[in-house]
Amino acid sequence: MRYIANLVNADKMAGRTRKYKVIFSPQKFYACEMVLEEEGIYGDVSCDEWAFSLLPLDVDLLSMELPEFFRDYFLEGDQCWINTVAQALHLLSTLYGPFPNCYGIGRCAKMSHELWRKLEEEEDGETKGRRPEIGHVFLLDRDVDFVTALCSQVVYEGLVDDTFRVKCGSVDFGPEVTSSDKSLKVLLNAEDKVFNEIRNEHFSNVFGFLSQKARNLQAQYDRRRGMDIKQMKNFVSQELKGLKQEHRLLSLHIGACESIMKKKTKQDFQELIKTEHALLEGFSIRESTNYIEEHIDRQVSPIESLRLMCLLSITENGLIPKDYRSLKTQYLQSYGPEHLLTFSNLRRAGLLTEQAPGDTLTAMESKVSKLVTDKAAGKITDAFSSLAKRSNFRAISKKLNLIPRVDGEYDLKVPRDMAYVFSGAYVPLSCRIIEQVLERQSWQGLDEVVRLLNCSELAFTDMTKEDKASSESLRLILVVFLGGCTFSEISALRFLGREKGYRFIFLTTAVTNSVRLMEAMSEVKA
Amino acid sequence: MNRTKGDEEEYWNSSKFKAFTFDDEDDELSQLKESKRAVNSLRDFVDDDDDDDDLERVSWSGEPVGSISWSIKETASNSGSNHEREQLKNRNNFSSYTQLPKPASTYSLSSIFRGRTRPGSFQSLSDALSDTPAKSYAPELGRPKGEYRDYSNDWSPSDTVRRLRKGKDKLQLLEEAVSMHDGNVITAVLIFLKRTLSKEILFRELEVRQVALRHLIHFLKEIGDQKLLLDLFRFLDRTEELALTHYREHLNIQDPEKRKEFLKTCIGLPFSAEDSAHIQDHYTLLERQIIIEANDRHLESAGQTEIFRKHPRKASILNMPLVTTLFYSCFYHYTEAEGTFSSPVNLKKTFKIPEKQYVLTALAARAKLRAWHDVDALFTTKNWLGYTKKRAPIGFHRVVEILHKNSAPVQILQEYVNLVEDVDTKLNLATKFRCHDVVIDTCRDLKDRQQLLAYRSKVDKGSAEEEKIDAVLSSSQIRWKN
Repeated sequence: MRYIANLVNADKMAGRTRKYKVIFSPQKFYACEMVLEEEGIYGDVSCDEWAFSLLPLDVDLLSMELPEFFRDYFLEGDQCWINTVAQALHLLSTLYGPFPNCYGIGRCAKMSHELWRKLEEEEDGETKGRRPEIGHVFLLDRDVDFVTALCSQVVYEGLVDDTFRVKCGSVDFGPEVTSSDKSLKVLLNAEDKVFNEIRNEHFSNVFGFLSQKARNLQAQYDRRRGMDIKQMKNFVSQELKGLKQEHRLLSLHIGACESIMKKKTKQDFQELIKTEHALLEGFSIRESTNYIEEHIDRQVSPIESLRLMCLLSITENGLIPKDYRSLKTQYLQSYGPEHLLTFSNLRRAGLLTEQAPGDTLTAMESKVSKLVTDKAAGKITDAFSSLAKRSNFRAISKKLNLIPRVDGEYDLKVPRDMAYVFSGAYVPLSCRIIEQVLERQSWQGLDEVVRLLNCSELAFTDMTKEDKASSESLRLILVVFLGGCTFSEISALRFLGREKGYRFIFLTTAVTNSVRLMEAMSEVKA
Repeated sequence: MNRTKGDEEEYWNSSKFKAFTFDDEDDELSQLKESKRAVNSLRDFVDDDDDDDDLERVSWSGEPVGSISWSIKETASNSGSNHEREQLKNRNNFSSYTQLPKPASTYSLSSIFRGRTRPGSFQSLSDALSDTPAKSYAPELGRPKGEYRDYSNDWSPSDTVRRLRKGKDKLQLLEEAVSMHDGNVITAVLIFLKRTLSKEILFRELEVRQVALRHLIHFLKEIGDQKLLLDLFRFLDRTEELALTHYREHLNIQDPEKRKEFLKTCIGLPFSAEDSAHIQDHYTLLERQIIIEANDRHLESAGQTEIFRKHPRKASILNMPLVTTLFYSCFYHYTEAEGTFSSPVNLKKTFKIPEKQYVLTALAARAKLRAWHDVDALFTTKNWLGYTKKRAPIGFHRVVEILHKNSAPVQILQEYVNLVEDVDTKLNLATKFRCHDVVIDTCRDLKDRQQLLAYRSKVDKGSAEEEKIDAVLSSSQIRWKN
């Protein structure tokens, strides 16, 4: 607003008369008007709103393109976007009929749902009597499951996002991918046939799939050798275009894979994933902490270091004070003292916290560690950890079986559960919750889990008696992520859909990943 | 783009309309144009007290708009405000009655509260507030005609104040807003309260209203009202947030000297004990960097110092993190004595840099300069008998990686690979970096013939390594495992 005001005032000072129009999308906030007024240009500009709030990024993905939602709500506690969400839900319900079953978990979900219901009441009669086309709606707050959002992604779509940064459903592939000297902006959705087949696959399968496809393609091309004129004519007019298209897409995705491989090898991805899995499973915490410390010391990447610290904090219910102090100091020394502000933000958002002092654990640990060498102290800390700590993530993980027990190798080619999106190490918590609630059609039996998630009173069911709902519609589920959703979660739920015969449609305030989450919390422009 | 003025008007009018609905209705467009011309008569029309039709249109304007239009008179030009008002009235006439849900008009407090376009039932808010036609109550909301009249008449500032006077009503307004969950509405009410309540009273009331308080804080941050924000934190006794908010300002100061001075003022602030130390360090660091930068720039331009000639500086050291500064210092000022500001040892001491970090950084810097002797010296210690021994606080595998990254010659690499404690890691690294002697010796020590045979196929034919391998393989003294 101030920027606009400066432009207008500069023009005024220079004696230029112009007409100004400001279009607010998706809505204008009262505070904006106030600023215009304050700057003395309220009368000079005309304002409009463009209520464009739902962008279909794909056949099953709707985005509100509100990346600021996460910071505004989860850090600042500002509820300015709740109305936008309610409006979006209302729009969908007017288009697709009433939603007979509605579930939700989280404070923001609850508030959005209430506001939405108020909206529906006001506009009574519009949706009554219509056949519902979507049987279930599920509202989920991002802070119910931070862990999943912080993990490195290994399904192809997620990997592309983590590596190249997908914006609004499209991505910029640089010269190293296009094997030319130009970069290309590519739309990534179901229309890209090649992409559609590999997008949800674990990365280990993608290369094999692509090379097989390349071989098939070559075989198709080679068919032309044995053709007569008539067949050739047919081939050229009907098939060649499609083959060329496929060829182009293939080479693009193969290029992307190669680029990803190169980057990951350079980053020592193997080691990183090992640490992440250890944190998820609850083993070798001391070693993981040391890894993070080294990561910071080597100034590898400010965002990556922060992400790992947050993962450690959430899975362990906070860092032990000694670690918190030490890692924070090292972070400030490696990446800049102004990150003091970032740490304050992370603490407020609950992403990076310190365990309450006076824990039996800390006292014991410090006594014991004075007597033994570092290595042994680490092991003792681990032992105490499993006894004394009340780590909610661990408890939730146990109750919901988030860490699959595997005998032998986990088959990533033919996945048997949603954990494949994290190489078989971990089932995304958010997806598991959705799965359980849908199975039970309620929160029954999940009271303990809800309590552990600190969402007692914040998990709700809202069922309207709707006998018009066809069985077809009851299999269609709209999942609403408030605060962002990752491609891994989308892939996992698509898998669940295939397994259980559901079809999921995703509505998110924005597509997100660990990098975006950390950037949103960082007070300093990297 | 050669548009006539008339075209422009039409463009703006029509595009404005399109902004509202995706199904343009032509009648509405022509109606719009008509009413635009008739706008003044419209004003007279609705001044009439007993026109019930006005109720619907009138619901669009509310008392805050009145105050806005009042302030428009004070600040903006008349024509501008009239234009705005015209548009407002036009919108009143045409918008909102189509099926597609419309964005909420934020021109009216009451419509804000409803958060949608349908007029009609005020329900909760106005019902609560307008039981009686009492004047001192929030009359505008219950009596739309009154609103409109205020809006279109000449208003005085005192009128504004007279409207919602009772503090109780104002707070009730706030509470209503909070119960609706819509942050935009809550902020709108807070803006109003901020204008009409004294600071102390506002703060006192918000202290017990967490949701509204959060919104006020965020609002103040967004509009940059630093002073009020600090006052608020002081009142709430939130000392740490007070300190952090003050500290955050430094990011807006570009000039290094000014920033340094500002940081100095931050030192006494009520941070936690650890954070106070961090702030102190930040100040000291910037102070140092300014000195080093000035000095080095001088040296560089003088052109006499070899290191600067060979490796000209690519960027200034100002505002860089401590570790980067240490690297810089190890790169350009390695040999300096502890007394100077730019010596690495001085930095280490002043900022209490842990040994691990120091060695890691010094290694990276010296390796980049290919100063292998310095690297050696970093790890060599003399024990009391005078024998030298190599130790590293960071693990020699790390050392080897850094050396390799800086293209260290094989002999140097070899020496350090040999020092890696863990045998498997040692073998892996040796194989990876082709340190033949180490591989051969390690295989021999492990008595692993298969591994050695495998490695033999990787070395160049006829090379010295191959010969060595053959020699070892044929040695009768070794009892091979496999």
